[in-house]
Amino acid sequence: MEHQLDYQHVEQSARLHRKIADAITYVLLAVWALIVLFPFYWMVLTSVKSYGSYNAEYTPSFFTLTPTLENYRDAFTTVPLARYLANTVLFTAATTAIMLVVITLAAFAFARLQFRGKNLLFTFFLSLMMIPNELVVITNFVTITNLDLRNTFAGLILPSVTSIFYIYLLKENFEQVPDELYRAAKVDGTSDLKYLWKVMIPICRPTLVTIAILKVIECWNSYVWPRLITDDPNYYLVSNGIQEIRENGFGRENIPAMMAAVVVISVPLIILFLIFRKKIMAGVSRGGTKG
Amino acid sequence: METNNRKGWLYLLPAILFLGFFMVYPLIDVFIYSFEEGYNSASQTYFGVGTYNYSYVLHDPYFIQAVKNTFLLVIITVPVSTGLALLISVGLSSIRPLRNLFQTIYFLPYVTNTLAVGLVFMILFQKTPYTDGLVNLILHWFGAGPVDFIDGPYWAKMFVLCFYTIWVVMPFKVLILTSALASVNQNYYNAARVDGTSRLRIFLRITLPIISPTVFYLIITGFIGAFKAYSDAVALFGTNLNAAEMNTIVGYVYDMLYGDSGGYPSYASAAAILLFAIILTITSINLLISRKHVHYTN
Repeated sequence: MEHQLDYQHVEQSARLHRKIADAITYVLLAVWALIVLFPFYWMVLTSVKSYGSYNAEYTPSFFTLTPTLENYRDAFTTVPLARYLANTVLFTAATTAIMLVVITLAAFAFARLQFRGKNLLFTFFLSLMMIPNELVVITNFVTITNLDLRNTFAGLILPSVTSIFYIYLLKENFEQVPDELYRAAKVDGTSDLKYLWKVMIPICRPTLVTIAILKVIECWNSYVWPRLITDDPNYYLVSNGIQEIRENGFGRENIPAMMAAVVVISVPLIILFLIFRKKIMAGVSRGGTKG
Repeated sequence: METNNRKGWLYLLPAILFLGFFMVYPLIDVFIYSFEEGYNSASQTYFGVGTYNYSYVLHDPYFIQAVKNTFLLVIITVPVSTGLALLISVGLSSIRPLRNLFQTIYFLPYVTNTLAVGLVFMILFQKTPYTDGLVNLILHWFGAGPVDFIDGPYWAKMFVLCFYTIWVVMPFKVLILTSALASVNQNYYNAARVDGTSRLRIFLRITLPIISPTVFYLIITGFIGAFKAYSDAVALFGTNLNAAEMNTIVGYVYDMLYGDSGGYPSYASAAAILLFAIILTITSINLLISRKHVHYTN
């Protein structure tokens, strides 16, 4: 009898310990979630405060009772935000599309075709993966300048349409498609290109979609190369646009309008993320780099 | 399969052309640039060959400042972000309700534009004649005086830069660590629990050794990423980083290349190669240390 009570006591205290530990865990996680979310809340909040009320607040207030969308109108009319967005969409779409073609062809060659020097070339490709972008950007800048491609979309797009890592990722995926399918297609007299288009790409579509999404994120956020290669605001992408707005945009420190622009720039990717959450997170954990 | 030489190379042609033109050639060229003395980008001429560019860069006070900033940033952010990510991931894998929600929230900074959100951080930390800003309001609650984190003292600016950098790099680290923790065989935990092992001991003796290759991978990529820091600093302090005393090595390279102080690809190349040498050295040291402390048996 006494023993049983003892067990009950032990169990109870263990349960209590567990509850306390869980509570501490949740508090810790909630604090970090707050730190992550707060800047987003603040930018949305500031973007709906009117210019007057924002500047009247010496002590910032955590909410507003009179939200306004005027800042969003300002963001589109005072500075060429729509143009920055259009440029970025064009740049992102073109870069991603060309890259998909280039890497699909390359990955197919590495995965399915037989030719002399294949292994040597693949090893060479892999060794190039270690080269940091910072090292090659200098010459690329000079090259593009000499080719008179500054302030053009060609100059923006061309240097970033290949990615060895994505070739590698796609090759691995292509190799999982059984050889028998290829042989069967060959017997039927299907050409390699048709086989690639009709069989390989549909089977490997999930990987291709993941790669495309990751590339879109990368393009949308790219800053360094566009900054080097464009100094005509007509060709600015959103990153450079926001920098331009900050340095000589809305006149005297119109921070609410600035925040409206920041919201407009951030929202597309956040929507993309919420739609493809699982794909993006799986893709990044396989091969993302940032950090 | 039949061997078809021409076809294989034809499929690879676009990739080879782009890589050759924008990666292999520049890689060779950057070394050549770095040894050409007195290169003039307008006339594309140079006086001689030697190590003058390197010695110029190494004696440039802006470069020294950039190296100092970059090292401080690396030394602070890599341990803090890795440790914090470890703490959060362990917490995340020990709960069930709300786990997906937390994971989604934590990943958000990864998909945001560094420049755009940096502007929000600038506003949160900035002290202007019109307002002290939100962070100073919070500091005020704790009785600390207002500090201008954006145009103020060096330590304050460094603090904001580190804070923002950690905020930006956390999603990647948390994601990688959470998936590593999820793949740990539950039998180990059950065995330890039967023995009545404490939570801390389980973490130190079982979890940490098993995920040590992942932690180590994050430390290496963290070092490399932090050494290449640049856009975070631009987002907070604007494009004139030298004036803000907040330049990084990569920032120095780009400033030498372009902008008001630009037009010196030779100096930029020398600085970029110095940066690469630093990263290579640190990574090698990391790899040497890891041999002793990382358990690769699973």
